[in-house]
Amino acid sequence: MELVDLINALPGAVAQGLFWGIMAIGVYITYKVLDVADLTVDGTMCTGGAVCAVMMIAGHNVWVSMACAVAAGALAGLFTGIFHVTLGIPAILAGILSQLGLYSINLKIIGKANEALPSHVYDVLVAIKYNKNVPITENTIFIVAIFTIVIIALLYWFFGTSLGCSIRATGSNQNMSRAQGINTKFNTVLGLMISNGLVALSSALYTQYQGFTDINMGRGAIVIGLAAVIIGGVVFERIFKNFALRLLSVSLGAVIYYIVLQIVIWMGFDTDLLKLLSAIVVALFLAFPYIKKEYLPVLFSIKKRIAIRKNNKAALSAKGGAK
Amino acid sequence: MLEVVGISKTFNKGTVNEKKALDKLSLKLEEGDFVTVIGGNGAGKSTMLNAISGVFSVDEGDILIDGLNVTYMSEFRRAKYLGRVFQDPMMGTAADMGIDENLALAARRGKLRGLGRGISAKERESYRELVSTLDLGLENRITSKVGLLSGGQRQAITLLMATLKQPKLLLLDEHTAALDPKTAAKVLETTNSIVNGNKLTTLMITHNMKDAIVTGNRLIMMNNGNIILDIKGEDKKKLTVDDLLQKFAVASGEEFTNDRALLS
Ligand SMILES: Nc1ncnc2c1ncn2[C@@H]1O[C@H](COP(=O)(O)OP(=O)(O)OP(=O)(O)O)[C@@H](O)[C@H]1O
Ligand SMILES: [Mg+2]
Repeated sequence: MELVDLINALPGAVAQGLFWGIMAIGVYITYKVLDVADLTVDGTMCTGGAVCAVMMIAGHNVWVSMACAVAAGALAGLFTGIFHVTLGIPAILAGILSQLGLYSINLKIIGKANEALPSHVYDVLVAIKYNKNVPITENTIFIVAIFTIVIIALLYWFFGTSLGCSIRATGSNQNMSRAQGINTKFNTVLGLMISNGLVALSSALYTQYQGFTDINMGRGAIVIGLAAVIIGGVVFERIFKNFALRLLSVSLGAVIYYIVLQIVIWMGFDTDLLKLLSAIVVALFLAFPYIKKEYLPVLFSIKKRIAIRKNNKAALSAKGGAK
Repeated sequence: MLEVVGISKTFNKGTVNEKKALDKLSLKLEEGDFVTVIGGNGAGKSTMLNAISGVFSVDEGDILIDGLNVTYMSEFRRAKYLGRVFQDPMMGTAADMGIDENLALAARRGKLRGLGRGISAKERESYRELVSTLDLGLENRITSKVGLLSGGQRQAITLLMATLKQPKLLLLDEHTAALDPKTAAKVLETTNSIVNGNKLTTLMITHNMKDAIVTGNRLIMMNNGNIILDIKGEDKKKLTVDDLLQKFAVASGEEFTNDRALLS
């Protein structure tokens, strides 16, 4: 394949990365800030787009439709939160239950497995055809970048408020938080709602971009979100210390993920195997800190280890001989 | 200030592991009392403090703080009236947050946490001054993550957090037990100066009998989920460790066993 094909595909990959970057920022809030692995997102990554598409098709304004999408996502987060903190179901299971329930709900919202939202019929904010050859203010990448920056600014402000700080404390140490009078249950639910609201927003934007909503859109979303969080962390942790920059690194992590994916596809990798590849890459990144701690030292001391084993064997056999 | 009336707590009820940790325990503290608590392993000391803090609900009895019945109040709501320091230095602070941010969290204990700033520049400066009173050199690292501090430094910060907003009752659960002797002595000294300086009503569990005797104005000894000895004022000042061991044997009919106490 020609390099020019790859270059032509790059704006699409960057746009896709930015859309999923918003989703990944949602994952960051649960996974990193709240210290909860929330699998609801596989459901909400469809719900947001479904709500947005159906409302736009029914004639609603794009902003109203997106606001409702966010609200629907937050509602899903609320249910996961209730399953978890008030009914005592472990967070992972609570998320899986929501995700499963959302599959039916998403089907009911769309009415069937998928629905088109063609950009020449509806007044969408972003679309594949706006990737190139349009004024900058209508350019998809520009618009999603603005969304990302506004979201990061809002989150940066929010997590600096008393309430936001208490959510960070909840994620860091629940015992201490309660001892300091923080309502950890409320905060956990609120964090899940914010996170899923963001995921639904990402879903709503991405649905407009690709021009249709699909029941399977969110499948494996959590893996992509985690990939972005981890890649962003590994690549930028040295230079990005501040919370806003950390969020930015998550968004950039998603962009890197999609560029790499595009390169892999360009090299002729079987696209059926892409999810497997993603899972393996994320598994490796998740395991990285553990590998570094447990196995790398073994590697570095391998010479010494072999020598010691040899000596010990010799010492043992010498003892045996003496007997 | 604190009134505990006949509280009981049984863990793992109805199983082979059933354990009555508190058995109709009653205790009344006057305002300004500084009470040290000693007792053998599993006597129920931590359970008593946790019951007062609302970590779990009690099976029977009542808990009143300054006349207010808090028996059924959730842990985070009760926190408004309480300052707490735990045995585990990791437990009292948020490791991922700065020293200043931790103190700011504590400054808002009992207040509604809304959309106002989580910490202001002026506040940070006041915390810098406050932390400098600890004499640990932390004032130059005020924005450092607490996770980077040593156990003793974290306990000292936790102590500041527990007392930043004057609590009606300060609860210390062997808060020096995990520290080396020198650091422990330093943290205990800080404790004394904060408690005496602010005339805080305090319950302090310790495994160190000498500390228990010289600290505070009252000493209680627990065994089997109850208080078996309560010594105040002049009597307490005249106590010796041998007295305590002997009184324990008489009151409980057992030998005093606490692995940490015997070591120290
Ligand atoms: N959460 C719990 N679940 C089950 N049993 C518990 C629990 N907490 C305490 N216990 C049991 O209750 C009894 C009293 O424990 P507690 O921690 O109050 O003792 P303690 O006086 O603080 O002892 P130590 O000096 O060892 O800290 C012990 O037998 C303990 O095993
Ligand atoms: Mg204890």
